[in-house]
Amino acid sequence: MSFNWLRPPLSGGRAPPQEILRPVKARYIALTLLSALVLNLFALPDLLNQIKPDLIALTLIYWVVYHPRRVGFLPAWFLGLTMDVADGSLFGQHALAYAVLMYLAILLHRRILMFGMRQQIVHVAAILLLSQFIMLGVRMLSGADFPGPLFFIPSFLGAALWPLLFNVIRIPLRPRTDPDAV
Amino acid sequence: MEYSPPPFFKRGPSLLTRFTFFSILSACLLVSDARLNYLMLFRQGIATVVYPMQRLGSMPGELSRRVGEFFVTQSRLQRENDQLRHQELRNSASLQVLKSLESENRHLRELLAMRERIARDFIPAEVLYGHRDPFTRRVVVDRGIQHGVRAGWAVVDENGVVGQVTRVFPWLSEVTLITDKEQAVPIQAVRSGLRGVTFGIGYDGTLELRFMPVNADIQNGDLLVTSGIDGTYPAGLPVAVVSNVERNAAYAFARITCTPAAGVNSATQVLVVAANEKLPENPATEAPAAPKPRKARR
Repeated sequence: MSFNWLRPPLSGGRAPPQEILRPVKARYIALTLLSALVLNLFALPDLLNQIKPDLIALTLIYWVVYHPRRVGFLPAWFLGLTMDVADGSLFGQHALAYAVLMYLAILLHRRILMFGMRQQIVHVAAILLLSQFIMLGVRMLSGADFPGPLFFIPSFLGAALWPLLFNVIRIPLRPRTDPDAV
Repeated sequence: MEYSPPPFFKRGPSLLTRFTFFSILSACLLVSDARLNYLMLFRQGIATVVYPMQRLGSMPGELSRRVGEFFVTQSRLQRENDQLRHQELRNSASLQVLKSLESENRHLRELLAMRERIARDFIPAEVLYGHRDPFTRRVVVDRGIQHGVRAGWAVVDENGVVGQVTRVFPWLSEVTLITDKEQAVPIQAVRSGLRGVTFGIGYDGTLELRFMPVNADIQNGDLLVTSGIDGTYPAGLPVAVVSNVERNAAYAFARITCTPAAGVNSATQVLVVAANEKLPENPATEAPAAPKPRKARR
């Protein structure tokens, strides 16, 4: 079997150096997802509320890409339902979007790992945009109007937050002692 | 991009299988929510779990508002106080007139053997936040089933109608603003007495008075108040002011745009007004008891 497609097509960026991290506990994953949920529920002024990135989606992508097989479809789906209730959107709208997002992220996770940070941002933006298109399609089918181009900004903001999220989630996972100290 | 694990590891159902399963499940939920409205209980269950997190999320906003309130200058407070005192004086004068008018009205109605107007209960509430859902115009208020709020009740502020309660949760309820695309309010023009129904436009925060003939007696600046014939909104509350009338003989109806009278997007303190449950029976027994304004379609 050829693995040519796994290689980065252009030598634009290098994959980040592999870090040795402490093992990830299921409790920590749950904690990050719950904090993402609380942050998602933050009530901001109207305009900011509309362009606020979806942190749950971003956190899910992180876990799927860097620790595949730790987060499954079921928690993602239930988080989607929770967002639907909290947002007052159609029941199942976020759940469907997160299912699509999980599928894409699992499908692409080996590929994404090969790229440098900047190219990873592009991949994340594509995944987030597609999941937003799913939500848009669902709502347009149920009779809503297109809410304006501002609707897509959360995807780009979310993708821009990817390096920050990457570093913040890893803080507790880095080894506590310096391995070089004798 | 084919992705097949070696067959000697047990890894559960394949990725595509899992994806299809959850997509179909979501699609079922979507259809049953959008078309059949079955899942209110399920929704309320999840809402109860999410409630503490929602309150936690709305805390910074509340806190900053409280802090802002704390640092008001003395002069501003004084000015506001003066204004309120003047307003109260004016209000008390009109209130006294109102009382005498009310007794007179009751007397006259008795003489004419007309049905008495029923005083309604109301519940004061505070707007917590606007919904993140960009497709609808809704806000969440901090009163729910536990405080006696029911779906379908009207929500007003000091200047007029704000919206209608569309979903109730144990401690919160969701108010659809009158500017939402699917929200309709039965109105009557004060000057001409014409009855009609306003619909929200959805994207720009204005209302539209639909199905008025081209020669209808509506002018710029006309005040539209609730007509009260639906039994949901109390009669006589300001809804909107006509801001633009476009009459084109090529169309059957005039194009009438109105701006809401209440601070639909800025209200923080609102009243939830109980619906009138003692409506007389409809003459036709097969027909449903009260026409639901939300179901009105274009």
